[in-house]
Amino acid sequence: MAEAVDQIFVAAKHWLVSLAPEAWQPWVSVLLSIAALMVVFGTLFAVTTVLERKGLGRIQNRFGPNRVGPFGILQPLADGIKALVKEDIVPRVADRVVHFLAPVVMIIPPFLALAVLPFGRNMTFVEFDAAILFFFAVGASMELAVFMAGWSSRNKYSLLGAMRAIAQMISYEIPLILSSVSVIMIVGSLSPGEIVAAQAGYTNGLPNWHLLTPWGIAGFVLFMIAATAESNRSPFDLPEGESEIVAGYYIEYSGFKFALFFLGEYLGLFAVSGLGITLFLGGWHAPFAFLGFLPSWFWFFAKLFALISVFIWVRGTLPRLRQDQLMNFAWKFMLPMALVNLVAAAVWHFMAPLPVVARWVAVSLIVAGPYVMLGRELMVRKNLSKRTYRFAE
Amino acid sequence: MTAGFVVIALLTIAAGVAAMSLRHLIHCSLALVAAFIGLAAAYLHLGAQFVGFAQVLVYVGAVSILVVFAILLTRGGEDRSERLFSGSWVAGIATAVAVLGVLVWAVSRSAAVRREVSEPAEVTVRQIGDLLMTRFVLPLEVIGLLLTAALIGAVIIAMHEREGRK
Repeated sequence: MAEAVDQIFVAAKHWLVSLAPEAWQPWVSVLLSIAALMVVFGTLFAVTTVLERKGLGRIQNRFGPNRVGPFGILQPLADGIKALVKEDIVPRVADRVVHFLAPVVMIIPPFLALAVLPFGRNMTFVEFDAAILFFFAVGASMELAVFMAGWSSRNKYSLLGAMRAIAQMISYEIPLILSSVSVIMIVGSLSPGEIVAAQAGYTNGLPNWHLLTPWGIAGFVLFMIAATAESNRSPFDLPEGESEIVAGYYIEYSGFKFALFFLGEYLGLFAVSGLGITLFLGGWHAPFAFLGFLPSWFWFFAKLFALISVFIWVRGTLPRLRQDQLMNFAWKFMLPMALVNLVAAAVWHFMAPLPVVARWVAVSLIVAGPYVMLGRELMVRKNLSKRTYRFAE
Repeated sequence: MTAGFVVIALLTIAAGVAAMSLRHLIHCSLALVAAFIGLAAAYLHLGAQFVGFAQVLVYVGAVSILVVFAILLTRGGEDRSERLFSGSWVAGIATAVAVLGVLVWAVSRSAAVRREVSEPAEVTVRQIGDLLMTRFVLPLEVIGLLLTAALIGAVIIAMHEREGRK
């Protein structure tokens, strides 16, 4: 029974494909995969927007959307209709072709990246050897879409926003990849399927996830910070910076094109969260052995929602950084820590014959030592003290 | 030659021609990116996954951004007054034909062409990684050193000169 529920989507796809004539079957299979990907993550996008607005409302002590449907849960539907019927305004001096292409280019990479992630047992849309490399390759091409949007609008704010976004995405891509490399190094494979398989099983009641190793904790924290910056979310939302550059690179977009940028950003968030789950949180494996009766896809999406909630929580909690703080943080803290973490993962690998306690102590010291020293070093000559407010005491 | 290869090749060539002939520099660089993607598709079509993805990661992700930043920071990409063909196009075409002729002559005479073509083995990314870490570790380290030197040089050039030093 549990087996049947676990494989319900795989079985449904096989059944649907078998209905088609023999010659069409490969095409039907591909089309079904694409449709499933778009429907599932399109719906998830709608749910996440409402979750985010409600969550932020709760954090900021207000209601959030509560007019459309019970508790406002039909809000995304109303937003979608509004975006569709709005007039599409293109500035007169804008570069029409590039202006039109930018939102299209924006949503292709995240869909491609999502296609290689394992959502459950036997539930990877496209499976091949170098999938993690593919993930980062398509992720890097999102910067181009941002540039196209910012440049073609012929607006100084949009160009400034695009420049900020690109500088930020390039800077934080390095720690993102380096923190993932530690996992790839330990597993010895670039295939998400094999990385998830390496985290199967339980020792002493705890799962064998990479998160539950000293280098894994450090790597996961680095990964999440870099992922926040990579998806341009608060506290790294300088490219949008409402109080400084109005709305950043999509300032001149209206109607459904604006919604597409929104969609692209959230899809990127889902993709990078999915990669974090695959690399550090055991993919679709249950956290405890006695919970294994729940289907594998349930666990993947439960973890995805948990990570999204963390992103929303962070957005509601932290103030925006300044541009120089952003760059200093990337190059002076994130990059050295990611490199140190790489060494820590290597030491962990070569200390395998030693007892677990010795491994934990040694690797924790390798990570914690530079962390403390880097923090101290960067704080020197900053003269940080309690801030006094002249008119608000 | 399969249909897939023909489509990829035609798209790549069309993008390359567009990169040469469009009037606006930014449009040219975007067409160049399309040509890069076409090349990556050609690598993937040949079964070279690592080269294909590295092509996307490096050229589409980084080099294209470098190109557009360079255009924006220098001429602003607004200069439309120049003619499409430069004054020395006859000499240019002659040079290109001459270089092509030399290359064709050299390639057709080389031993590599006459060798029996064996069925290429399926090369996985794992094998490339293993070779990079064992047999080709010295070239890898040398390239790493070169890139580090370039990075440090760029930082030194970009650094503010102290007031007293001048």
